[in-house]
Amino acid sequence: MQVFLTLLRRELGSHFFSLTGYVIIATVLLLLGFSFMDMLSKVNATPTDAPFTEVFYVTLYFWMILLLTTPVITMRTFAQEKFTGTFETLMTTPVSDLQVVLSKFAGSLLFYLLTWLPLVGYMFALQQLTSSPSTALDPRAVLTTYFGILLVGGLYISLGCFASALTRSQLIAAAVSYGVGLTLFLLSLRSLVPVPPEGWQAKVFTHISMTEHMQDFARGVVDTRPVVYYTSLTLFFIFLTWKVVESRRWK
Amino acid sequence: MIDVRNLTKRYAGTTAVSDVSFHVARGEIVGLLGPNGAGKSTILRILSCFMPATSGTVRVAGHDVFYAADEVRRRIGYMPENNPLHLDMRVREYLKFRARLKGLNIRQSRERVDIVLQQCGLTEVTRRIIGQLSKGFRQRVGLADALVHEPELIILDEPTIGLDPNQLRSVRQLIKELGKKYTILLSTHILPEVEATCSSVLILHQGKILASDSAENLQKNIFRNVPVVAEIAAPAQVLKDAWSDLPEVQHLDITALDGDFHRCSLTPRDGTDLRPMIYAEAIRNGWILRELTRGRHTLEDIFVRVTRNEKEEEQ
Repeated sequence: MQVFLTLLRRELGSHFFSLTGYVIIATVLLLLGFSFMDMLSKVNATPTDAPFTEVFYVTLYFWMILLLTTPVITMRTFAQEKFTGTFETLMTTPVSDLQVVLSKFAGSLLFYLLTWLPLVGYMFALQQLTSSPSTALDPRAVLTTYFGILLVGGLYISLGCFASALTRSQLIAAAVSYGVGLTLFLLSLRSLVPVPPEGWQAKVFTHISMTEHMQDFARGVVDTRPVVYYTSLTLFFIFLTWKVVESRRWK
Repeated sequence: MIDVRNLTKRYAGTTAVSDVSFHVARGEIVGLLGPNGAGKSTILRILSCFMPATSGTVRVAGHDVFYAADEVRRRIGYMPENNPLHLDMRVREYLKFRARLKGLNIRQSRERVDIVLQQCGLTEVTRRIIGQLSKGFRQRVGLADALVHEPELIILDEPTIGLDPNQLRSVRQLIKELGKKYTILLSTHILPEVEATCSSVLILHQGKILASDSAENLQKNIFRNVPVVAEIAAPAQVLKDAWSDLPEVQHLDITALDGDFHRCSLTPRDGTDLRPMIYAEAIRNGWILRELTRGRHTLEDIFVRVTRNEKEEEQ
């Protein structure tokens, strides 16, 4: 546990030591700012019954932030250490491979969640500005939205860690996680997937549609199906990362 | 301390280390000497449990590096080639981080970090960012990291590469100092380094151990027929007669220098040290002796010699 916490602290700290961390924070702030203006104009134009969280969600900024930042956050985790050689000093201390993988995953996920914090402020600011009782901010909806952000973020962060563990080059790591991440996202857009609207294919695609899952979370609905879907996929990618790190010691 | 038996490491297509066996006793400073690509780093990486051997057994302090890797890692301090460090951290912060990783609790890590900062002469730079330090200081940080958890064995891969002569001397001094307390295994391709720091030497070439001996014996055995050069003011014929009378001289060569001086290059028979005899001869005849040196062998000579011996044995 001591080792895990030490590594986690280092992992989280490294995001703040580097310029990349601040660029990511600035980008997320900028996108959230755009989304705030967007939300404001939407609420002003047509008064709506939907909770703010859903108003935010349908602006698509959520997906931009997810797809843009997670590969950049995770690309360095393993690739940089392998490139500079610190991976060797790390792996020759009495730490287990799993501790290293989990701390890198947790550190990146925590940093990702931190960049999302300003959203709460925007929600409350919006409530103050509009102050119509029908669109009152539901704290539970905010919580479920963050739960969704955590779940989907977890999947993308674990995917990014896996891509980073495969290579010494941060560029390749980022490119791989962009590619796979974007594919996952595009698969969830029903209009882009050429399957019949009825039948088992349609069911499968509804099941893996992230846009629909997130819409539920933004409305305050927590369905166990997406929860299982995201946690199992996240665990799967963490497992793969673990095996990639371990493979160095296979005979 | 280290027990390596029939160690072989194959990478795809090439054999980096083939059938190497050696033993290092507690308290020794052992140098692993060899040209680039001889397999030094590979051996050290296997010893530090970074990667597994293809075959053979390697035990450190009685623990197998493959089956009891954690036990071994706890007992070694390893500084890899080029000394990779987290350049964005401060010196004390980095050492504390490493100490905690190696299982020291908060109090122990604080104490040990203070001690190694002192030991490695880093007290003035504790708050500096590692990326801004000179290479000599970085090397010291790497050494401090290697010994922060009081390991039984310190493994250093090319610890003095890329240092300027002053830094070189101080890092070597530091290693020697540490050798009084710890067992040290270091790799290098520089011969004087081994002579300056190590008590015994393993010579590695193309993945095989060619010679292993104490630094002194190695000097004696491999340097046995190195010519001694003396610059003496005396007539050439007299010198020639005097040296020819010495039964220990196998071959002699005299060239005229400025003034009365002649440069005599004498090759000994059977590795005798000719220098005292030359000195005595000069005193007896009242010659002026202004230089008396024994030639040095470069690493290449040693390799040529050792590999030649091996070929002869094969024949």
